[in-house]
Amino acid sequence: MSATPAPDGCGAPAGGVSVSAATGTQAVVEGRVTREGAPVATGYARLLGSGDEFVAEVPLGDDGGFRFFAAPGSWTLRVLAPNGLRAERSVQADNGQVTKVEVAL
Amino acid sequence: MSRSDVLVDADWVEARIGDPGVVIVEVDEDTSAYDKGHIPSAIKIDWKKDLQDPVRRDFVDKTGFENLMSERGISNDDTVVLYGGNNNWFAAYAYWYFRLYGHDQVLLLDGGRKKWELDSRELTRDVPERPRTSYTATEQDASLRALRDEVVAAIGKRNLVDVRSPDEFTGRLLAPAHLPQEQAQRAGHIPTARNVPWSKAANEDGTFRSDDELRSLYQEEAGLDFGRDTIAYCRIGERSAHTWFVLHELLDLPNVKNYDGSWTEYGSLVGVPIELGEAR
Repeated sequence: MSATPAPDGCGAPAGGVSVSAATGTQAVVEGRVTREGAPVATGYARLLGSGDEFVAEVPLGDDGGFRFFAAPGSWTLRVLAPNGLRAERSVQADNGQVTKVEVAL
Repeated sequence: MSRSDVLVDADWVEARIGDPGVVIVEVDEDTSAYDKGHIPSAIKIDWKKDLQDPVRRDFVDKTGFENLMSERGISNDDTVVLYGGNNNWFAAYAYWYFRLYGHDQVLLLDGGRKKWELDSRELTRDVPERPRTSYTATEQDASLRALRDEVVAAIGKRNLVDVRSPDEFTGRLLAPAHLPQEQAQRAGHIPTARNVPWSKAANEDGTFRSDDELRSLYQEEAGLDFGRDTIAYCRIGERSAHTWFVLHELLDLPNVKNYDGSWTEYGSLVGVPIELGEAR
């Protein structure tokens, strides 16, 4: 394990998620949210399990970025942004892999 | 207590910006959120730097809390409105803390920072200056906080509510999915605990579900006996402060404690029982 400093709490990593993750054996889901090509810096990415079961949520970083350290499996990524903007993507996470998801609102 | 005594909406807060008797406080672990923009007139409290002891694993003592309040310009008579990121986890933790030290006029902004942002309400970078006060706290209210021996003794006797995600409860993950997976020595949950993830108490925009929905969630779906005393825990005690707020403040259950040692303590204790998999 290296790279991402572990926050002591359950909150978002300091400064959003612009730091780069070394995956090790973890299943990482990360990506960026944009609108008309520009990063969406105000908004939230939610990771949901089967039946829309909530798993985790992070605020988007200044670059519109987000990152989750998930368990391996199939997930739904939901993005919420002001003015009722939202989007959903299906993602597959695997151990030792970084799954990239780009979301254009 | 009832919902209207402890919870306010964004309109209520917006109408009181600048009110001299109301102090709006953003509480976050990542205080860069405050620095990038906060509710006008809000001050900040850093969950770690301001509320935790810098050396021992514990939160600041009575004197430390008094110093913090005085330095931030909060008086005993002020109405304190707390809000924050992470669906108010850390704001709920701070709320619990204000109650522990006897501050009665404390409120939570429903939906916290997220709803405020999603509603596109005003945020500012202006940092207010508040004159120093001389704050006096009460002794810590032990009826609100569970320590480890009490938790072990409560197995099979009280309601134990594990508010982490199902993957953390069953032992598949050690931390929420937006954090690196480290911390406690062992995964799993406290035997006899019921898993009611904190998120089930919240709507997608971060506001709390209705009282009827919440009662149904804990009593009917999770099978909690509201006639029993309850201890809530998570990984470090802030998500469980959110559930403590629901059970003790919104639903007005009398004997609900937050176990702030939570899984990072329990999962590293030698010799205590641990269960893996689904609740039995």
